[in-house]
Amino acid sequence: MHVAMTVNGREVSGDVEPRTLLVHFIRENLRLTGTHVGCETSYCGACTIQVDGAAVKSCTMLAVQADGATIRTVEGLADGDQLHAVQEGFWERHGLQCGFCTPGMLMSAASLLEQNASPSEDEIRHAIEGNLCRCTGYHNIVRSIEYAASKLRGEEPAPPDWTMDFEGVS
Amino acid sequence: MTTSISAMGGIVRRKEDPALIAGQGKYVDDIRLNGEAVTAFVRSPFAHARINSIDTSAAAAMPGVVAVYTIDDVRHLGPVLAQVPVGVMRPLLADGAVHHAGEAVAMVVAENSYVARDAAEAVMVDYEPLPAVVDMKAAVAGATKVHEGSESNVLVTWFSHDWWPGVFELVDHRPAIAEAKERDDVVVVSQEMTNQRLIPTAIEPRAVLADWNHGYNRVNLWSSTQMPHALAGAVAKTFGLPSNEVHVVAPEVGGGFGAKLNIYPDEILTVFASKALDRPVRWTETRREAAFSTIQGRGWVATATITGTKDGKILGYELDGIADMGAYSQNFTVAIPVLGLFVAQGQYDIPLAWQVSCVQTNTQTTDAYRGAGRPEASYYIERIIDMYAAAIDMDPADVRRKNFFKKEDFPATTAIGLTMDSGDYERNLDTLIADVDYAGLRAMQAAARAEGRYVGIGLSTYVEVCGFAPSVLAEFGFGWDAYGMPTSFSGSGLVRVNPDGSATVIIGTGPSGQGHQTTWAQVVSDRLGIDYDSVRVTHGNTAESPTGVGTFGSRSAAVDGAATYEAAEKVGGKAADIVAHMLEASAEDIRFADGGAHVAGSPGHKVTWAEIAEVAYKPHKGPDGMEAGLEAHAVFSPGNATWPFGSHLAVVEVDPDTGNVEIQRYVGIDDCGNRINPMIVDGQIHGGIAQGIGQAMFEDAIYDAEGNLLSGSLIDYPIPAAGDLPAFELGWTNTPTDVNPMGVKGIGEAGTIGSAQTIVNAVVDALAPLGVKHIDMPLRPRRVWDAIQKARG
Repeated sequence: MHVAMTVNGREVSGDVEPRTLLVHFIRENLRLTGTHVGCETSYCGACTIQVDGAAVKSCTMLAVQADGATIRTVEGLADGDQLHAVQEGFWERHGLQCGFCTPGMLMSAASLLEQNASPSEDEIRHAIEGNLCRCTGYHNIVRSIEYAASKLRGEEPAPPDWTMDFEGVS
Repeated sequence: MTTSISAMGGIVRRKEDPALIAGQGKYVDDIRLNGEAVTAFVRSPFAHARINSIDTSAAAAMPGVVAVYTIDDVRHLGPVLAQVPVGVMRPLLADGAVHHAGEAVAMVVAENSYVARDAAEAVMVDYEPLPAVVDMKAAVAGATKVHEGSESNVLVTWFSHDWWPGVFELVDHRPAIAEAKERDDVVVVSQEMTNQRLIPTAIEPRAVLADWNHGYNRVNLWSSTQMPHALAGAVAKTFGLPSNEVHVVAPEVGGGFGAKLNIYPDEILTVFASKALDRPVRWTETRREAAFSTIQGRGWVATATITGTKDGKILGYELDGIADMGAYSQNFTVAIPVLGLFVAQGQYDIPLAWQVSCVQTNTQTTDAYRGAGRPEASYYIERIIDMYAAAIDMDPADVRRKNFFKKEDFPATTAIGLTMDSGDYERNLDTLIADVDYAGLRAMQAAARAEGRYVGIGLSTYVEVCGFAPSVLAEFGFGWDAYGMPTSFSGSGLVRVNPDGSATVIIGTGPSGQGHQTTWAQVVSDRLGIDYDSVRVTHGNTAESPTGVGTFGSRSAAVDGAATYEAAEKVGGKAADIVAHMLEASAEDIRFADGGAHVAGSPGHKVTWAEIAEVAYKPHKGPDGMEAGLEAHAVFSPGNATWPFGSHLAVVEVDPDTGNVEIQRYVGIDDCGNRINPMIVDGQIHGGIAQGIGQAMFEDAIYDAEGNLLSGSLIDYPIPAAGDLPAFELGWTNTPTDVNPMGVKGIGEAGTIGSAQTIVNAVVDALAPLGVKHIDMPLRPRRVWDAIQKARG
């Protein structure tokens, strides 16, 4: 079957089997490999992208269902050399280690901040519950998203909370 | 960011991140080669069955199927190699019988993954089910054998007084402990506890891509492995090649946690298929395969016993346990409990009598999962010490303090003959006690109890052992001899200053998120004054790094980091001679900083690294007799392991109506010696704690009596999500080691080793007013609720 969609501002099309998952179309046909497959069952969230502005796990959607849609993947987050605030936040606040969950996490975070400019820590934790990370314990992911929220509001982000060059609790 | 990145305590954004946050990181499954075929495996639905026949004809006839292989095609390659080959080795594909659910029976190679999976379902296997043994105690009893014809399911029993006969002459503490039990002034506290099986669950499934080149008779292999050099050795040995004809690359690896510290049949079989089919062959694991055919961890049941005086002096600690090895032995399998034995007595100077039997069952193999034996050991001693404290009505912090190795005891010899070089446990615990206002917390708890609330405070200390050394441990199994790469667990660092003055650093590790590119660049930038942004670090590549042991056991900084430090020192030594020649000064007076070198006391009298490099690569410009080039390689083999330690505390509240546990605070004070990048250290601790909390609260690899894995998906095997965890409060003390030149100890597993029992101690403390003494992990609401109901009668 023939599908056509807009991905990261570019018109793309291709021929797929009816059963082809959207994530496979993105990875195999478009060779956009930033969107990862961690479970193929919609639990881990590594494949999260935006479809028509909403965060969607692209392993739970068929490519044919995205025909005509506007899609944004992690490769479309930055504006040229200008990182999206969530990308900058994850870099500044050590929001990633192995990086495998990161693209999906970034897309969920970006979607959250589009809907809620000033999320509380609880709201952030709730918003990313569908994105599993095994490396960070989420602590620095939360701080990264708080950093991004501050930047998007035009405010100075809170300083990092990691332990510095003294002994005892920082 | 420019120069002056301090190697010690410098915080710098990671070099890894710009690619990873842009979706440009290349993991194995992101790499495509022209003409590649894709693999899927037929896996056993039975835990134990005879295979009467395998009919591959329907699958082989499907359009797009390239080949279907069974053991008959690959038996000549032998079983999967294991570093500690005690037990039954895993065949590449099931050979006449299957011994756990998920065991690979046949391999399909097809033009794409959809066809491969369809064809795998079309392979007809005639199984004749056999009795399976899943329960560890039943396996020890031995009425049912895991492997047909074997005499016992027990592979080995490790005893603390006799764990390495002929090397250590040790005291058997059992008679003295038995005698102590007869005293009038002692109590004996004993509890059987389960340390349940876990599924490591890296978010990146494992993946392999093999490309055999018949012209060169060599193979390129990409694998999401933590031990690329060992894999190169194993492939070379299996296919009769020298190891340098196997080029293994571990590109971005999406989490390892020990699960990628193994040689797997799929790695060997993709190489086989690529060679047979003369085209690249790829395999990518599904999440269900990650659950039941990648290694699992933990899986112990043991009775811990403390014999101690009523005023808190421990006279003996005993552990009598069974550890589940699964059906086959792989990389370390039976050696994992030995790592637990290394830290069996925790921070305490106490008599030890420990025995753990390694038993086979009809389940997936267990091996190293973050902490690997040490979380289990720490769990048992830290749980039973809390029960002892409760029994003698003494504060758990005071009981611990009373039995510590004292600062002046170091270097301290443990009951099993190992030497812990450094430690200051009292100061570390005191730091925690002071920083959390422990007395204030206990007062808050008392007030909550007066209101009828169930608030608990849990405490745990721990000792970790990492950077396994000295090198004689290689003879025990801590090396890669079985893979044709006879090495101790030494570290490798190569530092090269290139002709343009940039630096290339090649290390022998295989990281999966630990930030080695950043940390090693900091070390080299600090030693040589080369701009941090001009240092490139590569790892996980057997053609680039002369040797390599990989990344596991919290070893990388303490061992490969030290090697890199030494290599940088060597480069600096040669460069000093060159600069001395250039500046007409004495080599001893040359200092490296700010992108070049200058004469001490005369910062304006300087040259840049580009200028130094040009002289190094144009020897006619250098001192007479200078060898051209500017690089050095160092292999560092430490004289001892390192022994990080720490104290953790959790505050929880239990809802007695639902059994739900809320973690209100989690505080860790860890001591890993000097810290190269505190930001990365914190991140390692965060992740470690999260996995320990995962074990304490949620995770459980559950097999039913027939050996079916009931927790094979992320819905049945819930790892912590963001809303399940609190923000972590971290602090540190610093007790450096002198077993490596940077005084670093390692931090990758500490959080996991310290945390599971901290949570359980807190929950049991919360429910102490009801008389609850112990609940086995995971502390899911139903299990906690049941314990409350039982306590209330």
